Amino acid sequence: MAFIPHTPDDVARMLQLIGVQSIDDLFDEIPGELRAGVLGVPPAMSEMELGRLMAERAASDGRPLNFIGAGAYEHHIPAPVWAIATRGEFYSAYTPYQAEASQGTLQLIYEYQSMICALTGMEVSNASLYDGASALAEACLMAVRANRAANSRRILLPRALNPIYAQVARSIAGNQDIVFETVDFDRASGCTLLESLQPYSGQDVTALVIQQPNFFGNLEEVDRVTDWAHQNKILLIAVVNPTALALLKAPGQWGSGAAGIVLGADIVCGEGQPLGVPLASGGPYFGFMATRMQYVRQMPGRIVGRTVDTEGRPGFSLTLQAREQHIRRSKATSNICTNQGLMVTAATIYMSLLGPQGLARVAEASLRRTADLVTTLSRIAGVRPAFTAPRFHEAVLLLDRPVAPVLAALARRGIFGGLDLSDRYPELGHALLVCATETKLAADIDLYAGALADVMKSTRVAA
Amino acid sequence: MPELQSREPLIFELSKPGRGAGTQFPPPVAGSAEIPAHLRRATPPALPEVSELQAVRHFTRLSQMNFSIDTHFYPLGSCTMKYNPKACNTFAMLPEFLGRHPLGPEPQGFLACMYELQEMLQEITGMQGVSLTPMAGAQGEFAGVAMIRAYHRARNDLGRTEIIVPQAAHGTNPATAAMCGCTVKEIPCDADGNVDIDALKAAVGPATAGIMLTNPSTLGVFERKITEVARIVHEAGGLLYYDGANLNAILGKVRPGDMGFDVIHMNLHKTFSTPHGGGGPGSGAVGVSARLRPFLPIPIVGKDGARFRWLTERDLPQSIGRLSGFMGNAGVNLRAYVYMRLLGREGMVRVAEFAALNANYLLKRLQAAGFEAAYPTRRASHEFIVTLRQESRLYQVTAMDVAKRLLDHGFHSPTTYFPLLVPECLLIEPTETEAKEDLDRFCDAMIAIRREMEQDPEKLSSAPHTMPVRRLDDVRAAKQLDLAWKPAA
Repeated sequence: MAFIPHTPDDVARMLQLIGVQSIDDLFDEIPGELRAGVLGVPPAMSEMELGRLMAERAASDGRPLNFIGAGAYEHHIPAPVWAIATRGEFYSAYTPYQAEASQGTLQLIYEYQSMICALTGMEVSNASLYDGASALAEACLMAVRANRAANSRRILLPRALNPIYAQVARSIAGNQDIVFETVDFDRASGCTLLESLQPYSGQDVTALVIQQPNFFGNLEEVDRVTDWAHQNKILLIAVVNPTALALLKAPGQWGSGAAGIVLGADIVCGEGQPLGVPLASGGPYFGFMATRMQYVRQMPGRIVGRTVDTEGRPGFSLTLQAREQHIRRSKATSNICTNQGLMVTAATIYMSLLGPQGLARVAEASLRRTADLVTTLSRIAGVRPAFTAPRFHEAVLLLDRPVAPVLAALARRGIFGGLDLSDRYPELGHALLVCATETKLAADIDLYAGALADVMKSTRVAA
Repeated sequence: MPELQSREPLIFELSKPGRGAGTQFPPPVAGSAEIPAHLRRATPPALPEVSELQAVRHFTRLSQMNFSIDTHFYPLGSCTMKYNPKACNTFAMLPEFLGRHPLGPEPQGFLACMYELQEMLQEITGMQGVSLTPMAGAQGEFAGVAMIRAYHRARNDLGRTEIIVPQAAHGTNPATAAMCGCTVKEIPCDADGNVDIDALKAAVGPATAGIMLTNPSTLGVFERKITEVARIVHEAGGLLYYDGANLNAILGKVRPGDMGFDVIHMNLHKTFSTPHGGGGPGSGAVGVSARLRPFLPIPIVGKDGARFRWLTERDLPQSIGRLSGFMGNAGVNLRAYVYMRLLGREGMVRVAEFAALNANYLLKRLQAAGFEAAYPTRRASHEFIVTLRQESRLYQVTAMDVAKRLLDHGFHSPTTYFPLLVPECLLIEPTETEAKEDLDRFCDAMIAIRREMEQDPEKLSSAPHTMPVRRLDDVRAAKQLDLAWKPAA
């Protein structure tokens, strides 16, 4: 029997001790009319049979050459990352509520929090949230609790923010009467300009969200934006890519540092997937979140602290639990109970293996590959870059014809050529978001360029 | 019993400038001059610099400081710590599944698995639609209550903003209701652990959006009057939410849809054995009755002829929306799919049967050893509660002391102090995958601890004695916050 260790003799002896005739008698408190019939699900398969089915299905999905980013990035994952993360002692452990029997997980989370603080330049990090998009939703709810100067519950979302993040923030935070307003981007640079924020100067606004690099891959002028927010008593929520932070100014340092203006973002969040987590059709990933010490009690999610035991030895435990649902019930900071423990385990191992040098190399190589990709593809007639701002590892290209048929033709050649933006950004025309990380070699870029040139010859230009 | 590792330094303490796991670095490239100076980082982040072996050894040693299902019996009530079959992980980690970008053309092999998973969950729960998108139980709960609100709003029934929860409810229930902009009304349970029907009748009205129930309840007993509860709530215009925390107890025996529930969330990391991973990722799929189907969170998997595709806002314009950046915890769902196919229809029924057999056996043995059941007249479901209120009075020991002493015996402790309304309680859930011998060893440990209560209670109050650390100073942890290592200035 699948995963059931009982022999008939065990069952007989156990039933006898309980004092019932059959296992079915144990369900005698369920009213008879509610009892289920035979379930309409398939019969059991052996591991061997199922292994075959799964291998066939996986094979049918193939191994395309991928140039899509848009919030999930293909990076090399060192072999030790998942070899260790899937050890049963990490994989099959529960939330570390019994601290003495969970020091491994707890210390690892403390190390993770330290690494996120190092990357973001912030004082405190939580133990992670579900994913980047839901982390932003939680950051918006947190900003409402933290910004005592604002009463409006108004939050500004740039149009250059990942549009799915904006959607998820609305789905999750929208039930609490938070008003989201959209701030446009500059068509030439592809960035959020100060001019588009100025109409909100002096108004009652809770928070401004800024993504660096933004959804188009462009680098925002974060210092100016941060100063503007703080001059207007608006909290700044930074959405950042952790790989990029190896090279880019840490959000904790954003701002001009001019006298009288608070330095740094107030809440930092983002998608942790680039740190050793596979693409895997979209999950599981993890969201990270960091903030200033002054807001730590407003932060959702688990937090691990270092303390001492009764003999004065250092040890780790979950702390500040008075914020959480199992204590505060309806007054909790969030209903969240879990972090993404296993993904954080992988990410912590990844960051340890890469270190500051390795992560900077990954970031530099990704930036370089994307620059090469943009240059190479732009040589094809009917393809040009959309924006002028400096970029990290993504770029928007404009085609002279609809994007969808081009992508479909590329997919037939085993190439995922990018993300069609024409639905979500009709104002850009035939826009294609592309990405190349360190995993793309020069030969891969040439292969893509060759295929695209072919496809552009054979697909028709729209009227 | 395996010894746990004692102390391991912080990874930062192993770090030396210039060291690194070089084979993991991509080759250097010519500069990144495109980044303007004012947007660049001034100093590199203080990440550790260690060799590959140092990292491997460090994290392997940390793993050896944990209890886990693979190494220890883990009778943690309400958490369903059953065996996580290795095949689930192996098949979900096939390179084609792992390498797939979520925004590429729809992968038919993967989506076939997800579609069948939706169908199986729908059948098992007796519901009419399923979405796999919620990323954890709490997000499933959020989706459920948000759908209830959307349903009332769509009918222009705008005054329904109250969610009723029994006192015994898990803390997420009221927290979720608050996140959905609802107010919470708590109602008591009677002495046998059932919902107090008179209190329920008094609580419902034109403001009732719905009720959130777990059945079997967090008290470890089946809510026998569930049909009456459903009728009262429905007649008052409210909907019924099923918290699937305890679905393991009734798998194949009774279906939430047949009990009258309108919406259910399932914890795939409990009932369907996806890993707990040290606290996540979970997956909180939701199932709904026909009237809530238009509101399901997106995306869900649909089928056009032989082709699978993601249904989005275009297909479900009334959806409560997106809850994750992509498609929820897809890889967790894939593990649940593998588990369900390995079990099949016969195996699923056996889950509830042997979970109940193990729980009732353990309860009887502990009762025979002198422990007090919180609900002695009731059948245990897949779990049960022991209360140590007498022991705490007689010997000045607490449920926490017993929990900590069990660690010394090589057992993870049961859930303590939940549900809150039973004093000094241990919520014990052995699950179906434990052998009789392991249950007996656990009972022996409990009996030994009971003897210690009488003879040497100090041994309990100072436990654990054999773990990497003794009890931790939680007050200091919360007062002198040390939440991150900082490099020496």
